[in-house]
Amino acid sequence: MLEIRHLVKSFGPLIAVDDVSFTVPQGEVLGFLGPNGAGKSTTMKMITGFLAPTAGTAIICGYDIATQPIPAKRHIGYLPEGAPAYPDMTPDNFLGFIAHIRGFSGEEARRRISRVVEMIRIAEVMHQPIETLSKGYKRRVGVAQALLHDPDVLILDEPTDGLDPNQKYEMRSVIAAMRPNKAIIISTHLLEEVEAVCSRAIIIAHGRILADGTPAELAQRSRHHNAVRLAIVGGADANVRAELAALPGVAGVDTAGNGLIVFSRGGDPVVGAIADLARERGWTVSGLQVERGRLDDVFREITTPHPIAAAA
Amino acid sequence: MRNVLTIFRRELAAYFATPLAYVFIVIFLVMAGILTFFVGNFFERGQADLQPFFTFHPWLYIVLIPALAMRLWAEERRSGTIELFLTLPIRMTEAVAGKFLAAWCFAGIALILTFPFWLTVNFLGHPDNGVILASYIASWLMAGAFLAVGACVSAVTKNQVIAFVVTAALVFVFTVAGSPIVLGVFQGWAPEWLLHGVAQASFLVLFSAIPRGVIDLRDVVYFLSIIVAFLAANAILIDLEKAE
Repeated sequence: MLEIRHLVKSFGPLIAVDDVSFTVPQGEVLGFLGPNGAGKSTTMKMITGFLAPTAGTAIICGYDIATQPIPAKRHIGYLPEGAPAYPDMTPDNFLGFIAHIRGFSGEEARRRISRVVEMIRIAEVMHQPIETLSKGYKRRVGVAQALLHDPDVLILDEPTDGLDPNQKYEMRSVIAAMRPNKAIIISTHLLEEVEAVCSRAIIIAHGRILADGTPAELAQRSRHHNAVRLAIVGGADANVRAELAALPGVAGVDTAGNGLIVFSRGGDPVVGAIADLARERGWTVSGLQVERGRLDDVFREITTPHPIAAAA
Repeated sequence: MRNVLTIFRRELAAYFATPLAYVFIVIFLVMAGILTFFVGNFFERGQADLQPFFTFHPWLYIVLIPALAMRLWAEERRSGTIELFLTLPIRMTEAVAGKFLAAWCFAGIALILTFPFWLTVNFLGHPDNGVILASYIASWLMAGAFLAVGACVSAVTKNQVIAFVVTAALVFVFTVAGSPIVLGVFQGWAPEWLLHGVAQASFLVLFSAIPRGVIDLRDVVYFLSIIVAFLAANAILIDLEKAE
């Protein structure tokens, strides 16, 4: 549904996006991750036809954004960075304007507006100027605008920024509900969001794609993948730690809260060996938990030029 | 065409959403009145025409029209809505035309609201209403040319004050192109034809010719070509400078 082909964008000597290619099929929610200035927003601006790429292009539902911008844009719903909207307008007028530009009028426009207003829950602010709205409402008005024409491709630049935890949860439910019929890209700083809504994640830094996979696959690259949290009644002395560290497949042992965390070498499961050892030595185990891995770990390792020593 | 109309409606409503529209219209009417009655000696002349009224339009427009044009694109840049606006399925020409026509229509509304001057002169005597109508049309065309220049300048900055000042300076130069101030710059080195061309391009020369007679088709064409040329530049500049 959405195909990105070798996108490059340079601003003078600065290369903001460097040969980015990927495809997003229907039913996928792609999380676009990266530090600030990594090129996420620039990539989105090129996909939506706001910026002309230095090289490469994006194909939206078969239409090339460079050569057929109007039909391509008809298939895109876009929430730009910062959710801009005309500050003097009310959401009602603003959505009316968007509906007209999108080719809906009269009853059809009213019907579509009330559908998104209900979905995004902005009914109570429909007649206040947008400039007087809270950050969360502004963001939601921006999302409502992007959903109005029920687009096949949805591109949301930080859709939950500025929302409170309840609103974030709601927004994620909305995105999840739309997922089967659309190709969706969301950019975010929140790694928990990727785990909550994305079926795939791309990590980008310095304009390049550094990782691409399901959140679970990415998490496996974390040193926490298959690490085991262990709590022993009476605490763990140096002896216990040494015995754990000596187990085959164990990379290291660390203190974590009231207990220990045992890292596995290469991400292979070690929980069985630990459980056996505990039984053998008669330790009273009050907690045993296998970690799946942490995206933030992976994110840090991938996106910092000099990974923190402990990550090795 | 439908898109042009949608954009036109939004932009025109945007003028009235803020005090700008009302402030503009009041100031325009008050200043037109002061200039006509006190500076133009409307009554002392003892003639039933609106020449003292129209004479000052170019000068009024130098100050006031940039205020109408400055927000057209600079505000979109400042608030970031330009990104939203230009990723909608519209053509650049539709965007440029819709915005310009809204501003031009607003200028037309302000101009129509000067009808009490026309009533006054008809009450006092028997003016040539054909000449008055021609003058109104010429004044509106000139306002359009000023607005096109202003829209073009507004396209390259996100600062409305800069847009205002630069536009005012540019339209001033256009207005007085036939005067010694501007001609002096060209005198001595420029060929005769260029000097003549610059003098002919003066809005003031063109405009002051109109109230005395009928509209010369060439003048209409001139104003319309200024509008088209600056709007074309406007579209190109927006395309080039989107990122900023």
